Amino acid sequence: MQKIEAVIQPSKLDAVKDALVEIGVEGMTITEARGHGRQKGHTEFYRGREYSVDLLPKVKLELVVKDEMLDRAITAITTAARTGTIGDGKIFVSRIDEAIRIRNDERGEVAL
Amino acid sequence: MRLRAAKVFLSFLFLLIFGGSVLCGSVAMAQTPATAQTDRIAALEKRADENAAAIAAAQTAGDNGWMLVSAALVLMMSGPGLALFYGGLVRKKNILGTMMQTFAMMAVITVLWGLLTYSLAFSSGNAFIGGLHNVFLHGVGLAPDKAYAGTIPLQTFMIYQMMFAIITPALITGAFAERMKFSAMLVFMVLWSIFIYSPMAHMVWGQGGFLNATGRFPCLDFAGGTVVHVTSGVSALVTAIYLGKRIGYPKVPMPPHSVVLSFIGACMLWVGWFGFNAGSALSAGTLATSAFVATQFGAAAAVIGWTAVEWIRQGKPSALGAISGAVAGLVAITPAAGFVSPMSALWIGLIAGAFCFTMVAKVKSWFGYDDSLDAFGVHGAGGTLGALLTGIFANSAINPIFGPGKATGLFEGNWRQLFHQAFGVGLAWTISIVGTLIILFVVDKTMGLRVSEEDERVGLDLSQHGEEGYDWAH
Repeated sequence: MQKIEAVIQPSKLDAVKDALVEIGVEGMTITEARGHGRQKGHTEFYRGREYSVDLLPKVKLELVVKDEMLDRAITAITTAARTGTIGDGKIFVSRIDEAIRIRNDERGEVAL
Repeated sequence: MRLRAAKVFLSFLFLLIFGGSVLCGSVAMAQTPATAQTDRIAALEKRADENAAAIAAAQTAGDNGWMLVSAALVLMMSGPGLALFYGGLVRKKNILGTMMQTFAMMAVITVLWGLLTYSLAFSSGNAFIGGLHNVFLHGVGLAPDKAYAGTIPLQTFMIYQMMFAIITPALITGAFAERMKFSAMLVFMVLWSIFIYSPMAHMVWGQGGFLNATGRFPCLDFAGGTVVHVTSGVSALVTAIYLGKRIGYPKVPMPPHSVVLSFIGACMLWVGWFGFNAGSALSAGTLATSAFVATQFGAAAAVIGWTAVEWIRQGKPSALGAISGAVAGLVAITPAAGFVSPMSALWIGLIAGAFCFTMVAKVKSWFGYDDSLDAFGVHGAGGTLGALLTGIFANSAINPIFGPGKATGLFEGNWRQLFHQAFGVGLAWTISIVGTLIILFVVDKTMGLRVSEEDERVGLDLSQHGEEGYDWAH
Protein backbone atom coordinates (compact mmCIF):
# COMPACT_ATOMS: atom_id res chain seq x y z
CA MET A 1 0.00 0.00 0.00
CA GLN A 2 1.16 3.50 -0.80
CA LYS A 3 0.10 6.83 0.59
CA ILE A 4 -0.16 9.76 -1.80
CA GLU A 5 -0.14 13.27 -0.39
CA ALA A 6 -0.87 15.81 -3.07
CA VAL A 7 -0.84 19.57 -2.45
CA ILE A 8 -2.73 21.23 -5.29
CA GLN A 9 -4.42 24.47 -6.31
CA PRO A 10 -7.89 24.73 -4.72
CA SER A 11 -9.42 25.42 -8.12
CA LYS A 12 -8.21 22.04 -9.39
CA LEU A 13 -9.78 19.97 -6.62
CA ASP A 14 -12.90 18.91 -8.51
CA ALA A 15 -10.97 17.88 -11.61
CA VAL A 16 -8.49 15.82 -9.55
CA LYS A 17 -11.26 14.17 -7.55
CA ASP A 18 -13.13 13.18 -10.73
CA ALA A 19 -9.96 11.80 -12.33
CA LEU A 20 -9.21 9.66 -9.26
CA VAL A 21 -12.76 8.30 -9.00
CA GLU A 22 -12.59 7.43 -12.70
CA ILE A 23 -9.55 5.15 -12.25
CA GLY A 24 -11.19 3.41 -9.30
CA VAL A 25 -9.88 5.21 -6.22
CA GLU A 26 -12.52 4.86 -3.52
CA GLY A 27 -11.44 6.93 -0.56
CA MET A 28 -9.58 10.16 0.03
CA THR A 29 -9.17 12.86 2.69
CA ILE A 30 -9.09 16.53 1.77
CA THR A 31 -7.75 19.35 3.93
CA GLU A 32 -7.68 23.08 3.34
CA ALA A 33 -4.05 24.08 3.65
CA ARG A 34 -1.71 27.04 3.26
CA GLY A 35 1.84 26.97 2.07
CA HIS A 36 4.39 27.92 -0.50
CA GLY A 37 7.05 26.34 -2.61
CA ARG A 38 10.01 27.92 -4.31
CA GLN A 39 8.14 30.94 -5.69
CA LYS A 40 7.34 32.31 -2.18
CA GLY A 41 3.83 33.69 -2.71
CA HIS A 42 2.79 36.99 -4.19
CA THR A 43 2.15 40.62 -3.27
CA GLU A 44 -1.18 42.26 -2.54
CA PHE A 45 -2.05 45.97 -2.44
CA TYR A 46 -4.38 47.56 0.11
CA ARG A 47 -4.86 51.30 -0.45
CA GLY A 48 -1.46 51.50 -2.11
CA ARG A 49 0.36 49.63 0.67
CA GLU A 50 2.13 46.48 -0.46
CA TYR A 51 1.89 43.25 1.53
CA SER A 52 3.74 40.08 0.60
CA VAL A 53 1.63 36.99 1.07
CA ASP A 54 3.87 33.92 1.24
CA LEU A 55 1.39 31.38 2.58
CA LEU A 56 -1.04 30.77 -0.23
CA PRO A 57 -4.29 28.84 -0.01
CA LYS A 58 -3.88 25.22 -1.15
CA VAL A 59 -5.76 21.95 -0.87
CA LYS A 60 -4.11 18.80 0.43
CA LEU A 61 -5.36 15.39 -0.72
CA GLU A 62 -4.40 12.25 1.12
CA LEU A 63 -5.19 8.83 -0.26
CA VAL A 64 -3.89 5.33 0.25
CA VAL A 65 -3.88 3.03 -2.80
CA LYS A 66 -2.83 -0.50 -3.68
CA ASP A 67 0.73 -0.70 -5.02
CA GLU A 68 -0.38 -1.50 -8.56
CA MET A 69 -2.61 1.56 -8.68
CA LEU A 70 0.09 4.06 -7.63
CA ASP A 71 1.32 5.06 -11.09
CA ARG A 72 -2.17 5.49 -12.49
CA ALA A 73 -3.20 7.61 -9.50
CA ILE A 74 -0.13 9.84 -9.84
CA THR A 75 -0.78 10.29 -13.55
CA ALA A 76 -4.44 11.13 -12.86
CA ILE A 77 -3.46 13.80 -10.32
CA THR A 78 -0.69 15.39 -12.36
CA THR A 79 -2.81 15.48 -15.49
CA ALA A 80 -5.86 16.96 -13.79
CA ALA A 81 -4.03 19.43 -11.52
CA ARG A 82 -1.54 20.81 -14.00
CA THR A 83 -1.93 24.38 -15.27
CA GLY A 84 1.73 24.69 -16.23
CA THR A 85 2.27 27.77 -14.06
CA ILE A 86 4.12 28.29 -10.80
CA GLY A 87 2.24 27.02 -7.73
CA ASP A 88 0.63 23.90 -9.22
CA GLY A 89 1.71 21.89 -6.19
CA LYS A 90 3.59 18.74 -5.18
CA ILE A 91 2.97 15.03 -4.71
CA PHE A 92 4.63 12.99 -1.98
CA VAL A 93 4.52 9.19 -1.87
CA SER A 94 5.24 7.02 1.17
CA ARG A 95 4.82 3.36 2.09
CA ILE A 96 1.98 2.32 4.38
CA ASP A 97 2.48 -0.66 6.69
CA GLU A 98 -1.04 -1.30 7.75
CA ALA A 99 -4.64 -0.18 7.18
CA ILE A 100 -7.50 -1.06 9.51
CA ARG A 101 -11.21 -0.54 8.93
CA ILE A 102 -12.62 0.54 12.28
CA ARG A 103 -16.12 -0.88 11.63
CA ASN A 104 -15.11 -4.54 11.32
CA ASP A 105 -11.38 -4.77 12.04
CA GLU A 106 -10.53 -5.72 8.44
CA ARG A 107 -6.83 -5.30 7.79
CA GLY A 108 -4.59 -4.70 4.82
CA GLU A 109 -5.66 -3.86 1.26
CA VAL A 110 -9.25 -5.05 1.83
CA ALA A 111 -9.62 -2.26 4.35
CA LEU A 112 -8.93 0.44 1.74
CA MET B 1 -103.32 45.67 -7.18
CA ARG B 2 -100.56 45.92 -4.63
CA LEU B 3 -98.05 46.81 -7.35
CA ARG B 4 -100.09 49.71 -8.57
CA ALA B 5 -100.49 51.03 -5.02
CA ALA B 6 -96.72 50.86 -4.58
CA LYS B 7 -96.17 52.81 -7.82
CA VAL B 8 -98.58 55.51 -6.75
CA PHE B 9 -96.87 55.72 -3.37
CA LEU B 10 -93.41 56.00 -4.89
CA SER B 11 -94.56 58.68 -7.34
CA PHE B 12 -96.04 60.64 -4.50
CA LEU B 13 -92.83 60.33 -2.51
CA PHE B 14 -90.76 61.51 -5.48
CA LEU B 15 -93.02 64.51 -6.04
CA LEU B 16 -92.81 65.37 -2.37
CA ILE B 17 -89.00 65.30 -2.29
CA PHE B 18 -88.54 67.09 -5.60
CA GLY B 19 -91.20 69.69 -4.95
CA GLY B 20 -89.99 70.26 -1.44
CA SER B 21 -86.42 70.90 -2.50
CA VAL B 22 -87.50 73.32 -5.25
CA LEU B 23 -89.71 75.16 -2.83
CA CYS B 24 -86.96 75.38 -0.21
CA GLY B 25 -84.55 76.62 -2.87
CA SER B 26 -86.86 79.35 -3.99
CA VAL B 27 -87.46 80.38 -0.43
CA ALA B 28 -83.74 80.57 0.11
CA MET B 29 -83.32 82.59 -3.10
CA ALA B 30 -85.99 84.92 -1.91
CA GLN B 31 -83.84 86.09 1.01
CA THR B 32 -82.40 89.59 0.86
CA PRO B 33 -79.48 89.65 -1.71
CA ALA B 34 -77.00 91.58 0.48
CA THR B 35 -77.04 89.07 3.32
CA ALA B 36 -76.58 86.19 0.90
CA GLN B 37 -73.50 87.76 -0.66
CA THR B 38 -71.83 88.42 2.70
CA ASP B 39 -72.50 84.88 3.77
CA ARG B 40 -71.09 83.50 0.58
CA ILE B 41 -67.91 85.55 0.87
CA ALA B 42 -67.50 84.43 4.46
CA ALA B 43 -67.97 80.83 3.38
CA LEU B 44 -65.40 81.23 0.60
CA GLU B 45 -62.90 82.84 2.97
CA LYS B 46 -63.40 80.06 5.45
CA ARG B 47 -62.83 77.48 2.74
CA ALA B 48 -59.65 79.29 1.57
CA ASP B 49 -58.33 79.29 5.13
CA GLU B 50 -59.09 75.61 5.45
CA ASN B 51 -57.32 74.90 2.15
CA ALA B 52 -54.22 76.82 3.20
CA ALA B 53 -54.15 74.96 6.48
CA ALA B 54 -54.56 71.65 4.64
CA ILE B 55 -51.72 72.51 2.24
CA ALA B 56 -49.47 73.52 5.11
CA ALA B 57 -50.34 70.32 6.96
CA ALA B 58 -49.61 68.25 3.85
CA GLN B 59 -46.27 69.99 3.37
CA THR B 60 -45.37 69.45 6.99
CA ALA B 61 -46.36 65.81 6.72
CA GLY B 62 -44.32 65.33 3.53
CA ASP B 63 -41.27 67.17 4.80
CA ASN B 64 -41.48 65.50 8.18
CA GLY B 65 -41.77 62.08 6.59
CA TRP B 66 -38.64 62.61 4.51
CA MET B 67 -36.71 64.06 7.43
CA LEU B 68 -37.54 61.16 9.72
CA VAL B 69 -36.47 58.72 7.01
CA SER B 70 -33.30 60.77 6.47
CA ALA B 71 -32.51 60.69 10.18
CA ALA B 72 -32.82 56.90 10.17
CA LEU B 73 -30.64 56.69 7.04
CA VAL B 74 -27.90 58.73 8.72
CA LEU B 75 -28.03 56.48 11.78
CA MET B 76 -27.67 53.50 9.44
CA MET B 77 -24.42 55.05 8.25
CA SER B 78 -23.03 54.64 11.77
CA GLY B 79 -24.69 51.44 12.95
CA PRO B 80 -24.09 48.87 10.29
CA GLY B 81 -22.36 51.16 7.76
CA LEU B 82 -19.29 52.60 9.43
CA ALA B 83 -19.02 49.74 11.94
CA LEU B 84 -18.77 47.16 9.14
CA PHE B 85 -16.54 49.38 7.00
CA TYR B 86 -14.04 49.94 9.80
CA GLY B 87 -14.56 46.45 11.27
CA GLY B 88 -13.44 44.75 8.07
CA LEU B 89 -10.37 46.97 7.76
CA VAL B 90 -8.79 46.00 11.08
CA ARG B 91 -7.14 42.71 12.00
CA LYS B 92 -9.56 40.05 13.18
CA LYS B 93 -8.57 40.31 16.83
CA ASN B 94 -9.89 43.89 16.83
CA ILE B 95 -13.18 43.67 14.97
CA LEU B 96 -15.50 43.83 17.97
CA GLY B 97 -13.45 46.53 19.66
CA THR B 98 -13.66 48.62 16.50
CA MET B 99 -17.37 48.06 15.94
CA MET B 100 -18.06 48.71 19.61
CA GLN B 101 -16.46 52.15 19.39
CA THR B 102 -19.00 53.23 16.77
CA PHE B 103 -21.88 51.55 18.57
CA ALA B 104 -20.93 53.25 21.83
CA MET B 105 -21.20 56.61 20.08
CA MET B 106 -24.78 55.74 19.10
CA ALA B 107 -25.66 55.43 22.77
CA VAL B 108 -23.42 57.97 24.49
CA ILE B 109 -23.77 60.86 22.04
CA THR B 110 -27.55 60.40 21.90
CA VAL B 111 -27.85 60.93 25.64
CA LEU B 112 -25.29 63.75 25.66
CA TRP B 113 -27.12 65.48 22.78
CA GLY B 114 -30.39 65.47 24.69
CA LEU B 115 -28.80 66.66 27.91
CA LEU B 116 -26.41 69.31 26.64
CA THR B 117 -24.85 69.36 23.20
CA TYR B 118 -27.98 70.05 21.12
CA SER B 119 -28.37 73.23 23.13
CA LEU B 120 -24.71 74.18 22.72
CA ALA B 121 -24.99 73.70 18.97
CA PHE B 122 -28.39 75.13 18.10
CA SER B 123 -29.87 77.31 20.84
CA SER B 124 -29.20 81.01 20.53
CA GLY B 125 -25.93 82.14 22.03
CA ASN B 126 -23.01 84.10 20.68
CA ALA B 127 -21.33 83.73 17.27
CA PHE B 128 -19.18 80.82 18.42
CA ILE B 129 -21.33 78.66 20.66
CA GLY B 130 -24.99 78.27 21.53
CA GLY B 131 -26.50 78.81 24.94
CA LEU B 132 -28.12 76.63 27.54
CA HIS B 133 -31.73 77.44 26.64
CA ASN B 134 -32.42 73.95 25.32
CA VAL B 135 -30.57 71.79 27.86
CA PHE B 136 -32.48 68.60 28.66
CA LEU B 137 -34.37 69.40 25.42
CA HIS B 138 -36.27 72.12 27.23
CA GLY B 139 -38.42 73.93 24.66
CA VAL B 140 -37.72 71.40 21.92
CA GLY B 141 -41.28 70.47 21.08
CA LEU B 142 -43.39 69.43 18.13
CA ALA B 143 -43.97 72.91 16.73
CA PRO B 144 -41.64 74.02 13.94
CA ASP B 145 -38.95 76.60 14.63
CA LYS B 146 -38.79 79.13 11.79
CA ALA B 147 -35.08 79.78 12.44
CA TYR B 148 -34.13 76.24 11.37
CA ALA B 149 -36.90 74.52 9.45
CA GLY B 150 -40.32 76.07 9.13
CA THR B 151 -42.20 72.99 8.06
CA ILE B 152 -41.01 70.24 10.37
CA PRO B 153 -41.34 69.79 14.12
CA LEU B 154 -38.31 71.09 15.99
CA GLN B 155 -37.91 67.62 17.50
CA THR B 156 -37.45 66.20 14.01
CA PHE B 157 -34.72 68.76 13.35
CA MET B 158 -33.13 67.89 16.70
CA ILE B 159 -33.09 64.13 16.10
CA TYR B 160 -31.81 64.58 12.52
CA GLN B 161 -28.91 66.73 13.71
CA MET B 162 -28.23 64.20 16.46
CA MET B 163 -27.35 61.58 13.86
CA PHE B 164 -24.60 63.88 12.54
CA ALA B 165 -23.30 64.38 16.06
CA ILE B 166 -23.10 60.57 16.41
CA ILE B 167 -21.28 59.71 13.20
CA THR B 168 -18.74 62.54 13.41
CA PRO B 169 -16.80 61.27 16.47
CA ALA B 170 -17.31 57.70 15.22
CA LEU B 171 -15.32 58.63 12.10
CA ILE B 172 -12.33 59.57 14.27
CA THR B 173 -12.12 56.03 15.67
CA GLY B 174 -10.62 54.91 12.35
CA ALA B 175 -7.39 56.78 13.09
CA PHE B 176 -6.64 55.25 16.47
CA ALA B 177 -8.07 51.81 15.70
CA GLU B 178 -6.43 48.80 17.36
CA ARG B 179 -4.68 50.66 20.20
CA MET B 180 -6.91 52.94 22.32
CA LYS B 181 -8.48 52.05 25.66
CA PHE B 182 -12.26 51.83 25.47
CA SER B 183 -12.73 53.83 28.67
CA ALA B 184 -10.39 56.60 27.50
CA MET B 185 -12.14 56.62 24.13
CA LEU B 186 -15.51 57.28 25.80
CA VAL B 187 -14.21 60.21 27.87
CA PHE B 188 -12.30 61.63 24.90
CA MET B 189 -15.40 61.52 22.69
CA VAL B 190 -17.68 63.16 25.24
CA LEU B 191 -15.22 66.03 25.68
CA TRP B 192 -14.64 66.25 21.93
CA SER B 193 -18.35 66.43 21.26
CA ILE B 194 -18.81 69.24 23.78
CA PHE B 195 -15.75 71.33 22.96
CA ILE B 196 -15.21 70.78 19.24
CA TYR B 197 -18.32 69.44 17.52
CA SER B 198 -20.87 71.68 19.21
CA PRO B 199 -19.07 74.99 18.59
CA MET B 200 -18.33 74.04 14.97
CA ALA B 201 -21.95 73.04 14.35
CA HIS B 202 -23.11 76.30 15.93
CA MET B 203 -20.70 78.45 13.94
CA VAL B 204 -21.68 76.91 10.60
CA TRP B 205 -25.34 75.99 11.03
CA GLY B 206 -26.49 77.69 14.23
CA GLN B 207 -28.57 80.85 14.31
CA GLY B 208 -26.17 83.81 14.33
CA GLY B 209 -23.18 81.53 13.81
CA PHE B 210 -19.84 83.06 12.84
CA LEU B 211 -19.50 81.01 9.64
CA ASN B 212 -23.22 80.76 8.90
CA ALA B 213 -24.30 81.74 5.37
CA THR B 214 -25.81 84.85 6.93
CA GLY B 215 -22.84 85.40 9.25
CA ARG B 216 -19.65 87.45 9.12
CA PHE B 217 -17.76 84.87 7.02
CA PRO B 218 -20.38 83.03 5.00
CA CYS B 219 -18.97 79.53 4.70
CA LEU B 220 -21.03 77.20 2.53
CA ASP B 221 -21.37 73.79 4.12
CA PHE B 222 -24.52 72.06 2.97
CA ALA B 223 -24.30 68.77 4.84
CA GLY B 224 -21.18 68.91 6.95
CA GLY B 225 -17.94 69.09 4.98
CA THR B 226 -16.42 71.41 7.55
CA VAL B 227 -18.49 70.49 10.58
CA VAL B 228 -18.30 66.72 10.12
CA HIS B 229 -15.44 65.69 7.88
CA VAL B 230 -12.77 68.33 8.46
CA THR B 231 -13.19 68.34 12.24
CA SER B 232 -13.24 64.54 12.50
CA GLY B 233 -10.49 63.99 9.94
CA VAL B 234 -8.08 66.53 11.40
CA SER B 235 -8.77 65.42 14.97
CA ALA B 236 -8.16 61.87 13.76
CA LEU B 237 -4.74 62.84 12.45
CA VAL B 238 -3.84 64.60 15.70
CA THR B 239 -4.97 61.58 17.73
CA ALA B 240 -3.05 59.12 15.55
CA ILE B 241 0.15 61.14 15.94
CA TYR B 242 -0.33 61.74 19.68
CA LEU B 243 -1.04 58.05 20.36
CA GLY B 244 1.85 56.81 18.25
CA LYS B 245 2.01 53.92 15.85
CA ARG B 246 0.64 50.45 16.46
CA ILE B 247 3.21 47.91 17.62
CA GLY B 248 5.07 46.67 14.56
CA TYR B 249 3.79 49.37 12.20
CA PRO B 250 4.84 49.63 9.39
CA LYS B 251 7.03 46.51 9.37
CA VAL B 252 4.45 43.93 10.44
CA PRO B 253 1.81 43.38 7.75
CA MET B 254 -1.59 44.64 8.88
CA PRO B 255 -3.88 44.06 5.92
CA PRO B 256 -7.69 44.26 6.34
CA HIS B 257 -9.02 40.96 7.70
CA SER B 258 -12.24 41.08 5.65
CA VAL B 259 -12.65 43.36 2.66
CA VAL B 260 -16.08 41.73 2.28
CA LEU B 261 -17.35 43.30 5.52
CA SER B 262 -15.87 46.64 4.49
CA PHE B 263 -17.58 46.32 1.13
CA ILE B 264 -21.00 45.81 2.71
CA GLY B 265 -20.36 48.66 5.12
CA ALA B 266 -19.32 51.02 2.33
CA CYS B 267 -22.45 50.20 0.33
CA MET B 268 -24.55 51.04 3.38
CA LEU B 269 -22.64 54.28 3.80
CA TRP B 270 -23.39 55.21 0.20
CA VAL B 271 -27.13 54.56 0.62
CA GLY B 272 -27.25 56.28 4.00
CA TRP B 273 -25.49 59.31 2.56
CA PHE B 274 -28.68 60.28 0.72
CA GLY B 275 -30.19 60.95 4.12
CA PHE B 276 -27.05 62.84 5.06
CA ASN B 277 -26.94 65.09 1.99
CA ALA B 278 -30.47 65.21 0.55
CA GLY B 279 -31.88 65.33 4.07
CA SER B 280 -29.84 68.48 4.70
CA ALA B 281 -32.35 70.34 2.53
CA LEU B 282 -34.53 70.01 5.67
CA SER B 283 -37.55 69.51 3.42
CA ALA B 284 -38.72 67.16 0.71
CA GLY B 285 -38.63 69.77 -2.05
CA THR B 286 -36.54 70.39 -5.15
CA LEU B 287 -33.37 71.20 -3.20
CA ALA B 288 -33.46 67.69 -1.72
CA THR B 289 -33.65 66.28 -5.25
CA SER B 290 -30.74 68.41 -6.37
CA ALA B 291 -28.59 67.30 -3.44
CA PHE B 292 -29.60 63.68 -3.98
CA VAL B 293 -28.54 63.81 -7.63
CA ALA B 294 -25.26 65.57 -6.86
CA THR B 295 -24.48 62.97 -4.20
CA GLN B 296 -24.89 60.08 -6.62
CA PHE B 297 -22.75 61.70 -9.32
CA GLY B 298 -20.07 62.72 -6.84
CA ALA B 299 -19.74 59.23 -5.39
CA ALA B 300 -19.75 57.47 -8.75
CA ALA B 301 -17.15 59.77 -10.27
CA ALA B 302 -14.89 59.34 -7.25
CA VAL B 303 -14.97 55.55 -7.64
CA ILE B 304 -13.68 56.08 -11.15
CA GLY B 305 -11.12 58.69 -10.03
CA TRP B 306 -9.62 56.52 -7.27
CA THR B 307 -9.73 53.31 -9.31
CA ALA B 308 -8.17 54.90 -12.38
CA VAL B 309 -5.14 56.20 -10.48
CA GLU B 310 -4.80 52.93 -8.59
CA TRP B 311 -5.05 50.89 -11.79
CA ILE B 312 -2.31 52.95 -13.41
CA ARG B 313 -0.01 52.85 -10.37
CA GLN B 314 -0.55 49.34 -8.97
CA GLY B 315 -1.67 47.57 -12.11
CA LYS B 316 -5.01 46.40 -10.71
CA PRO B 317 -8.33 48.03 -9.77
CA SER B 318 -9.00 46.75 -6.25
CA ALA B 319 -12.38 46.37 -4.55
CA LEU B 320 -11.05 48.17 -1.47
CA GLY B 321 -9.94 50.99 -3.75
CA ALA B 322 -13.35 51.26 -5.36
CA ILE B 323 -15.23 51.49 -2.07
CA SER B 324 -12.66 53.86 -0.57
CA GLY B 325 -13.11 56.05 -3.64
CA ALA B 326 -16.87 56.07 -3.12
CA VAL B 327 -16.48 57.23 0.47
CA ALA B 328 -13.95 59.90 -0.58
CA GLY B 329 -16.38 61.19 -3.21
CA LEU B 330 -19.28 61.23 -0.78
CA VAL B 331 -17.15 63.17 1.70
CA ALA B 332 -16.11 65.74 -0.90
CA ILE B 333 -19.61 66.27 -2.28
CA THR B 334 -21.09 66.69 1.20
CA PRO B 335 -20.45 70.44 1.60
CA ALA B 336 -21.34 71.08 -2.04
CA ALA B 337 -24.39 68.83 -2.41
CA GLY B 338 -27.04 71.55 -2.21
CA PHE B 339 -25.13 74.13 -4.22
CA VAL B 340 -23.84 72.45 -7.36
CA SER B 341 -25.14 71.04 -10.64
CA PRO B 342 -24.86 67.33 -11.44
CA MET B 343 -21.94 67.95 -13.81
CA SER B 344 -20.05 69.98 -11.20
CA ALA B 345 -20.64 67.11 -8.79
CA LEU B 346 -19.03 64.83 -11.33
CA TRP B 347 -15.87 66.94 -11.37
CA ILE B 348 -15.75 67.22 -7.58
CA GLY B 349 -16.01 63.43 -7.27
CA LEU B 350 -13.40 62.72 -9.90
CA ILE B 351 -10.87 65.10 -8.33
CA ALA B 352 -11.61 63.81 -4.82
CA GLY B 353 -11.11 60.17 -5.81
CA ALA B 354 -7.68 60.79 -7.32
CA PHE B 355 -6.65 63.19 -4.53
CA CYS B 356 -7.65 60.93 -1.62
CA PHE B 357 -5.91 57.92 -3.18
CA THR B 358 -2.71 59.95 -3.30
CA MET B 359 -3.16 61.08 0.31
CA VAL B 360 -3.71 57.52 1.52
CA ALA B 361 -1.22 55.64 -0.64
CA LYS B 362 1.62 58.15 -0.87
CA VAL B 363 1.42 61.09 1.54
CA LYS B 364 0.77 58.90 4.59
CA SER B 365 3.92 56.87 4.04
CA TRP B 366 5.98 60.01 3.33
CA PHE B 367 5.08 61.44 6.73
CA GLY B 368 5.01 58.05 8.44
CA TYR B 369 2.00 58.58 10.75
CA ASP B 370 -0.18 55.58 11.54
CA ASP B 371 -3.71 56.68 10.62
CA SER B 372 -4.89 53.06 10.90
CA LEU B 373 -7.96 53.22 8.67
CA ASP B 374 -7.23 56.50 6.87
CA ALA B 375 -9.74 58.66 8.69
CA PHE B 376 -7.61 61.70 7.85
CA GLY B 377 -6.70 60.61 4.32
CA VAL B 378 -10.35 60.20 3.37
CA HIS B 379 -12.34 62.51 5.66
CA GLY B 380 -9.86 65.23 6.57
CA ALA B 381 -8.35 65.53 3.11
CA GLY B 382 -11.60 64.87 1.23
CA GLY B 383 -13.55 67.27 3.46
CA THR B 384 -11.01 70.06 3.02
CA LEU B 385 -10.93 69.55 -0.74
CA GLY B 386 -14.73 69.41 -0.94
CA ALA B 387 -15.15 72.61 1.07
CA LEU B 388 -12.76 74.47 -1.24
CA LEU B 389 -14.35 73.05 -4.39
CA THR B 390 -17.75 74.15 -3.06
CA GLY B 391 -16.48 77.72 -3.19
CA ILE B 392 -15.51 77.19 -6.80
CA PHE B 393 -18.50 75.28 -8.17
CA ALA B 394 -21.41 76.69 -6.08
CA ASN B 395 -24.12 77.95 -8.39
CA SER B 396 -26.93 80.40 -7.61
CA ALA B 397 -29.17 78.67 -10.14
CA ILE B 398 -29.14 75.59 -7.89
CA ASN B 399 -29.39 77.42 -4.58
CA PRO B 400 -29.64 81.22 -4.46
CA ILE B 401 -28.47 81.28 -0.87
CA PHE B 402 -27.20 84.87 -1.02
CA GLY B 403 -30.39 86.09 -2.70
CA PRO B 404 -31.89 85.69 -6.18
CA GLY B 405 -29.39 86.38 -8.97
CA LYS B 406 -26.44 86.97 -6.61
CA ALA B 407 -23.29 85.10 -7.56
CA THR B 408 -22.43 82.22 -5.26
CA GLY B 409 -19.22 80.47 -6.32
CA LEU B 410 -15.97 81.40 -8.03
CA PHE B 411 -17.14 80.26 -11.46
CA GLU B 412 -20.02 82.70 -11.17
CA GLY B 413 -17.57 85.47 -10.38
CA ASN B 414 -17.78 85.47 -6.58
CA TRP B 415 -14.08 84.91 -5.88
CA ARG B 416 -14.59 85.96 -2.26
CA GLN B 417 -16.44 82.72 -1.63
CA LEU B 418 -13.28 80.69 -2.11
CA PHE B 419 -11.60 82.86 0.49
CA HIS B 420 -14.52 82.38 2.87
CA GLN B 421 -14.41 78.63 2.35
CA ALA B 422 -10.66 78.58 3.01
CA PHE B 423 -11.19 80.68 6.13
CA GLY B 424 -13.90 78.32 7.40
CA VAL B 425 -11.73 75.27 6.74
CA GLY B 426 -8.71 76.95 8.35
CA LEU B 427 -10.74 77.74 11.47
CA ALA B 428 -12.01 74.15 11.59
CA TRP B 429 -8.42 72.86 11.31
CA THR B 430 -7.25 75.20 14.06
CA ILE B 431 -10.04 74.34 16.49
CA SER B 432 -9.61 70.63 15.79
CA ILE B 433 -5.85 70.63 16.27
CA VAL B 434 -5.73 72.78 19.40
CA GLY B 435 -8.89 71.36 20.99
CA THR B 436 -8.02 67.74 20.33
CA LEU B 437 -4.49 68.16 21.66
CA ILE B 438 -5.78 69.65 24.91
CA ILE B 439 -8.41 66.93 25.35
CA LEU B 440 -5.88 64.19 24.56
CA PHE B 441 -3.42 65.63 27.04
CA VAL B 442 -6.01 65.83 29.83
CA VAL B 443 -7.32 62.30 29.26
CA ASP B 444 -3.81 60.89 28.88
CA LYS B 445 -2.62 62.41 32.15
CA THR B 446 -5.70 61.38 34.13
CA MET B 447 -6.51 57.88 32.89
CA GLY B 448 -4.10 57.00 30.07
CA LEU B 449 -5.07 56.72 26.42
CA ARG B 450 -3.41 53.64 25.11
CA VAL B 451 -3.86 49.99 25.99
CA SER B 452 -0.87 48.13 27.44
CA GLU B 453 1.53 46.47 25.04
CA GLU B 454 0.26 43.05 26.01
CA ASP B 455 -3.37 44.08 25.52
CA GLU B 456 -2.53 45.46 22.11
CA ARG B 457 -0.90 42.21 21.07
CA VAL B 458 -3.88 40.19 22.32
CA GLY B 459 -6.27 42.53 20.53
CA LEU B 460 -9.03 44.86 21.69
CA ASP B 461 -11.76 42.21 21.49
CA LEU B 462 -10.33 40.13 24.31
CA SER B 463 -8.46 42.80 26.26
CA GLN B 464 -11.21 45.44 26.29
CA HIS B 465 -14.40 43.43 26.01
CA GLY B 466 -13.59 39.85 27.00
CA GLU B 467 -14.99 38.31 23.86
CA GLU B 468 -13.94 37.32 20.37
CA GLY B 469 -15.46 38.14 17.02
CA TYR B 470 -14.48 34.83 15.52
CA ASP B 471 -14.26 31.74 17.65
CA TRP B 472 -12.50 29.21 15.45
CA ALA B 473 -12.68 26.37 17.96
CA HIS B 474 -16.49 26.05 17.91
